[in-house]
Amino acid sequence: MISFDQVSKRYPGGIAALGELTFTVESGEMVILSGHSGAGKSTLLKLIPAIERPTQGSVIVNGQNVAALKRAAVPYLRRNLGMIFQDQKLLYDRSAFDNVMLPLAIAGVATRDAGRRVRAALDKVGLLDREKAMPVALSGGEQQRLAIARAVVARPAILIADEPTAHLDDDTARGIAAMFHAFNQVGVTVLVATHHEALFAPFMTRRITLSHGRLLP
Amino acid sequence: MKGWLLHHRQAAAQAFRRLSATPLNTLLGALVLGIALGLPAGGEMLLANFLRLAQRVAATPQISVFMALDAAKKEVAEIESLLRKHPQTREVRMVPREETLRRFKESEGLGEVIESLPRNPFPDAFVVVPRNESPAALEAMRAEFAKYPRVEHVQLDSAWVSKLDALLRLARLAVTLLAVVLGVALVAVTFNTIRLQILTQQEEIEVSRLLGATDAFIRRPFYYFGALQGLAGGLVAWGTVLIATLLLRGPVAELASLYGIEFSLHILPLADSALLFGLAALLGWAGAWLSLSRHLQD
Repeated sequence: MISFDQVSKRYPGGIAALGELTFTVESGEMVILSGHSGAGKSTLLKLIPAIERPTQGSVIVNGQNVAALKRAAVPYLRRNLGMIFQDQKLLYDRSAFDNVMLPLAIAGVATRDAGRRVRAALDKVGLLDREKAMPVALSGGEQQRLAIARAVVARPAILIADEPTAHLDDDTARGIAAMFHAFNQVGVTVLVATHHEALFAPFMTRRITLSHGRLLP
Repeated sequence: MKGWLLHHRQAAAQAFRRLSATPLNTLLGALVLGIALGLPAGGEMLLANFLRLAQRVAATPQISVFMALDAAKKEVAEIESLLRKHPQTREVRMVPREETLRRFKESEGLGEVIESLPRNPFPDAFVVVPRNESPAALEAMRAEFAKYPRVEHVQLDSAWVSKLDALLRLARLAVTLLAVVLGVALVAVTFNTIRLQILTQQEEIEVSRLLGATDAFIRRPFYYFGALQGLAGGLVAWGTVLIATLLLRGPVAELASLYGIEFSLHILPLADSALLFGLAALLGWAGAWLSLSRHLQD
């Protein structure tokens, strides 16, 4: 489903962020990407939705080589991915409901269906009673759950999360980890970058580790 | 197709929301654009009215042929038959000097002056409507009639018509130039408004891109925003011109009646109003397009 082959990423100025990565995440699999901060986890994740392009190698997502994808095709790639960003990227000028609605509006889902799907997604993350709340009125954990609801509302086959449990207390973080496991249980391919590997230990997931831009064996 | 329509409806709704989210800014923007568009629109209104008046007054060119004061009735009758037989005349109307005298006596103010004159100061005259209205043919006829015996003076009534025509063409050009200059101003104002909009929506644009929004999806609300703002300006301009027309109507009719003309100011013609709204929206759209090309980085 996601396949990296000899992928390197070098930023202008010669800074090598990633070097010769080769790994595969199978369909329906849940993989934890761990590593110290600055190891290149975020950069790796950004290559999948073509936010960044690799300097070398190929990144295959759903059979498409993302590294060579035309600019105009990128939006359609991203619609098939559920993404949870390190800084969440919620829109603070609109309600929880409208935040989750955004991916469906972009995909052109008819308003009536969309409303139902937004409520279903909010229900899954336990925020159905907060649909009218503005993001600032939500706690850190609730904001993270809102970001997850937005990532899954369009029912993507792949879920990618960058440090989804950062800045959360242990109980809340465990709840979030369980949520990813639950999505994986219903067939979603999940790739989570985190330095709290222990949180995901109970789920016996495969782990790959980055160190200074390279995979540890 | 359905998705496309949905996207357009959503974009229009979003543009409307953004406009109504800052009512004071929207109002001020519409006023600025309205005043800019109001000037050429008002000029167009005046011009359209003036054209109507000019057409009524000078529908066809005429040639006035004045006889000598002491021409005998028989000589006048000879000229009349000459004029009537002339192949280039469509219509000949005789204006006897007695009738002219009577008309002037009836008119306000002049009556007494005319009364005090020892004899009738007016000559017999003919008003000739020519078949061919081209300036060259008119001039040829004038020269020919002037050579007829006992004809004192031949006047082409088309001279002032062509002067009026030139004046109207000049006025039309002035209104067009004004419209072009202020149209550019409208584009510039929209350009800047959209620039500010893009800055305010930076976060939304970035997040939308990450969630798979196409360029078209991101640009669409801004196009609607520009067009709607332009249209609002057009409405303000139209309303301003309408109010001005209604306010001026009474005084203008009064002035015209002093000159013995029955005239009432008409509001902006339908075609011009449609043109105003269409251009205002189009220019707003163009301003948005320019601004997006310049300020929306990929």
